[in-house]
Amino acid sequence: MQNDSVPVIEIKGLHKTYQTADGRVDALSDVNLSINKGDIYGIVGMSGAGKSTLIRCINRLDTPTAGDVLHKGRSIMAMNQAELIATRRKVSMIFQQFNLFMQRSVARNIAYPMEIAGVPEKDIERRVKELLKVVDLEDKINAYPAQLSGGQKQRVAIARALASEPEVLLCDEATSALDPMTTQSILALLQDINWRLGITIVLITHEMAVIRQICTRVAILDGGRVAEEGTVDEVFMHTQSEAGKRLFGILPEAPDEDPELPSLRIVFDGSSAEQPVIANLIKEHGILINILSANIRHLGGKSYGQMLIEMPSNPKEKETVIAYLTSQGMTVKEVNTK
Amino acid sequence: MSTEQLVQLLWQGLLETLRMTIPSTLFAYLIGMPLGVLLVVTRPNNIMAAPRFNAVLGTIINFLRSIPFIILLAMLFPVTRAIMGRAIGTESLIVPLVVSAFPYVARMVESSLQEVDHGILEAAQSMGSTNAQMIFKVMVPEAMPSLVSGAAISMVTILGYTAMASAAGGGGLGAIAIVKGINLRQLDVMYYASILLVILVQITAIVGNRVSKSIDHRKH
Repeated sequence: MQNDSVPVIEIKGLHKTYQTADGRVDALSDVNLSINKGDIYGIVGMSGAGKSTLIRCINRLDTPTAGDVLHKGRSIMAMNQAELIATRRKVSMIFQQFNLFMQRSVARNIAYPMEIAGVPEKDIERRVKELLKVVDLEDKINAYPAQLSGGQKQRVAIARALASEPEVLLCDEATSALDPMTTQSILALLQDINWRLGITIVLITHEMAVIRQICTRVAILDGGRVAEEGTVDEVFMHTQSEAGKRLFGILPEAPDEDPELPSLRIVFDGSSAEQPVIANLIKEHGILINILSANIRHLGGKSYGQMLIEMPSNPKEKETVIAYLTSQGMTVKEVNTK
Repeated sequence: MSTEQLVQLLWQGLLETLRMTIPSTLFAYLIGMPLGVLLVVTRPNNIMAAPRFNAVLGTIINFLRSIPFIILLAMLFPVTRAIMGRAIGTESLIVPLVVSAFPYVARMVESSLQEVDHGILEAAQSMGSTNAQMIFKVMVPEAMPSLVSGAAISMVTILGYTAMASAAGGGGLGAIAIVKGINLRQLDVMYYASILLVILVQITAIVGNRVSKSIDHRKH
């Protein structure tokens, strides 16, 4: 988005090895990524792909076995304790389980980063009110975390993360514990923060829908390696890696060989609302659809998987079908068109 | 013994018991609390990881904890005399009480601090907290309800130890029960003193529980 030459965060040759009872486990192997100012950078992968380890290496909550993370060109591994603390105050983090201080009120939670940085109490009070306005929770100022819903807790966590006026916000599965509606509102808030405050966001998730909705760039992590990296559109439309295909719902057990007839492959990646898309298509446009095969799973009210339908012979009908399905949030690919 | 004398005796005993228990608990915390914090923060993977130091400290504390109070009391006579001027008597008992209680307190504090959710500590760390801020602004405040109920339990334990005070010329309700009640066969005195001790323990436990609950914001 901006042409600052130095990336905000540069991950270089990162390795992380854990010693377990069953021997060595390589959580990360040679991960290289560049995150630029203004990006909403998504890191996606199945559980166990190394996402959590990777995001924890960015602020050195976890120490890499080899490699480095550069913050505006400065090596985090070379920093002493004081420099590390200063860097962490500019790189905030939010978590799946919110991790609010349970014995502090909402106001004192948000005050904490300023308290430890020695901001005068008068300024803290004013900033807390401003931040509560940003996350739209002004009426909860004196509440305690236990009295809040999951979405409200995450909003407080976001306000707390913003209190130190960070340049980067790390999101560790920040919406994974939330219901779909709340997820939407939190994602909208993150996007708003990115736009209005210019804060670079790095988020890890196992949900492709989250990536599609707000990310500008994405890296797909598989078995501790980057399987694929690029802008979200690129990666989404031209998925190369096995891991990418799996995540996009092109399930490995799905009939992957090309069908005999020219056909359309429709990908359900969980982003479409729960509604009978094909039935609606037939009803609204009067086009008959011949389903060749389908492999769809329903998880938490969302559909994941793919469907093959016979290509409508009429080019106009084909256009209509593709346009309709795309508008419903599906990805449509033409297969076997010669 | 007239009722008036009995009441006078028990009142005196109650005051002596409190004069041993309260300062002993305070001093035991003064020493045990920092040790409990050290036991936690020097663990491997914690903020001030020092595994070898942690192992040595843990061993010393376990060693002190395994010496029975009555033996420790005798072993400490020279130390007690050096600190308090004399080895026996109600006030002098504070020394062995503190020595026997602080390792217990250290373990209580350790287990309370261990209860703090790891994610909360990780969040505090991610915000750029110094080690001192981690301890004083996060770990201790977040563990406070548990620390308070732990303090009540520690106090009850110390109360129990004070009952052995008579072995070193100390007073208190325990001494009354043993000396007057058992040795002089005044069984009613023994029962009254014991009941008073039980009531004292109950009050301590109940107050500890109430305070712990009232300061805990995890439930609403």
